[in-house]
Amino acid sequence: MNNPVIRASGIRKSYPGVEAVRGIDFEVRRGECFGILGPNGAGKTTTMNMVQGYTPLSGGELLVFGMSIEDRPRRIKARMGVVPQEDNLDPDLTVAENLRVYARYFDIRKKAAAEITGRLLEFVALTEKKDQRIPDLSGGMKRRLLIARALVNDPDLVILDEPTTGLDPQARHLIWQKLRGLKKTGSTLALTTHNMDEAAQLCDRLVIMDHGLILDEGSPRQLLERHVRGSVFEFDAGEEQAGRLFGCLERIEHESETSGDTVFVYTDDAEAVLKQTSCFPEVGFLHRQATLEDVFLKLTGRELRE
Amino acid sequence: MNGLLKPPRVGRRAFKVWLRNRDTWLKFYRASLVGNLAEPVLFLLAFGLGLSRFISDIDGLPYINYIAPGLMMAAAMNAATFECTFGAYTRMSAQKTYDAIIVTPLSVDEVAAGDILWGASKGFLSATVILLVLIPWGLAASPWLLLAPALFVLAGLMFASMSMIVTAFAPSYDYFAYYFSLVVSPMFFFSGVFFPLSHLPAWVRTVSWFMPLTHAVNLSRGFATGEGSPGLILDAAWMAVFTLAAGWLSINLIKKRLIK
Repeated sequence: MNNPVIRASGIRKSYPGVEAVRGIDFEVRRGECFGILGPNGAGKTTTMNMVQGYTPLSGGELLVFGMSIEDRPRRIKARMGVVPQEDNLDPDLTVAENLRVYARYFDIRKKAAAEITGRLLEFVALTEKKDQRIPDLSGGMKRRLLIARALVNDPDLVILDEPTTGLDPQARHLIWQKLRGLKKTGSTLALTTHNMDEAAQLCDRLVIMDHGLILDEGSPRQLLERHVRGSVFEFDAGEEQAGRLFGCLERIEHESETSGDTVFVYTDDAEAVLKQTSCFPEVGFLHRQATLEDVFLKLTGRELRE
Repeated sequence: MNGLLKPPRVGRRAFKVWLRNRDTWLKFYRASLVGNLAEPVLFLLAFGLGLSRFISDIDGLPYINYIAPGLMMAAAMNAATFECTFGAYTRMSAQKTYDAIIVTPLSVDEVAAGDILWGASKGFLSATVILLVLIPWGLAASPWLLLAPALFVLAGLMFASMSMIVTAFAPSYDYFAYYFSLVVSPMFFFSGVFFPLSHLPAWVRTVSWFMPLTHAVNLSRGFATGEGSPGLILDAAWMAVFTLAAGWLSINLIKKRLIK
């Protein structure tokens, strides 16, 4: 029973002219929340689509529940719930019907489906909306319904592809709360995101992915410790000021990075930097704790992704 | 080409897609049935009653009796075609309903097959509704009509599968204009619904022979009048072979489009 829920060994996916996923290994363990973090186009969604049996592999081996996704897609899919990135709720059906009809795809009988529908609508706080049509729901409600729909078969593994992208903070926090609730019940979650907060809030373990490869792997804390120092200063410094700034910080152990008119300084000795501020009074700055976002930007770079 | 010849793997689960479509249809079935019935009945009234004074009997049948069985098949064609072009394309593309279903235990093959079954059911239903008008009107009377349901099922499957092939290639809704203008409309006029093909030039008859509706109309008229001929067996065989091939191909094409 200690087999990992997902075991990916050297999985690859290539399209004509593009290698979306270039041979990656990872494991998702029972009961954990596993995150794939990466910028747009990193290969996160392709990876998840392979796990869902939606996208065939170009190479490597992918076991879900110990079975090959290529050999036993039906049995695997029966135990899996998927929250897609794009809303694909059934607009021809009401909120409750969406769940009932979906339950039917899993061979769940009518009576049980009605019971499950009631319970899940309660869980995602949509009971009052049960007879509404889908186009009348807000983005956050749709996402909650998608989560409820992914749970109709009481899955052993829930896959979420960017579960909060495009939602306002209120809706996002409500979703996080529901996902934490899900985790408490022992569900295994695998999610992709480019939201660092989300990864830090939810994931026990994560991998950072870019250009189809895994760059690093660990718990959010491990990744922080491995790649960045505790404090970050963001200085509004142009080229001239930056020269002065670096002069003032010469004796303090730090790492720096310049992006446009901002100089990022990472250090474990924030006090020393703060003491030096009189040395460059004209430079405005922001002091904060290092976050996963710093790790992310350090590993994947700052250039814009389309 | 590989993949297109493989036999589709379709099990009982395809029926769940049919059920999904039925559930949504039940919400507005009245409007849908009126639509199914109105057009063919209008054609019957306009052409049958309006024109029949000026047209002598064809093959011993009053004009309205002549066109009624053909219109019944055209109704099946239209209903199945609309469902498996605009309807299926909407579910596949705009609503991403197919994507939502294929992460459940259903396969793409079953989703496509389910939609074909549903399109066939719509065709069946349309033809049946018309038949229920024709019988009391006295436009169809023969014990052979007992075979009509089988014909409706086969015709429904045939037109649904054929349309699904087009849907598999459609980049947008506009694309269906080609299919309707260049395939469906010519079929409507040159499959023997409104006049016998026998006096047309040979090349037109050859083209007509390749049109699925021609064979459905032959059978329908045979059943409605009770005047069977051995040729009808050939028509039925033609339809069966074509339907099998089109169904097979369309499922594989939809799979090819969705699974990348």
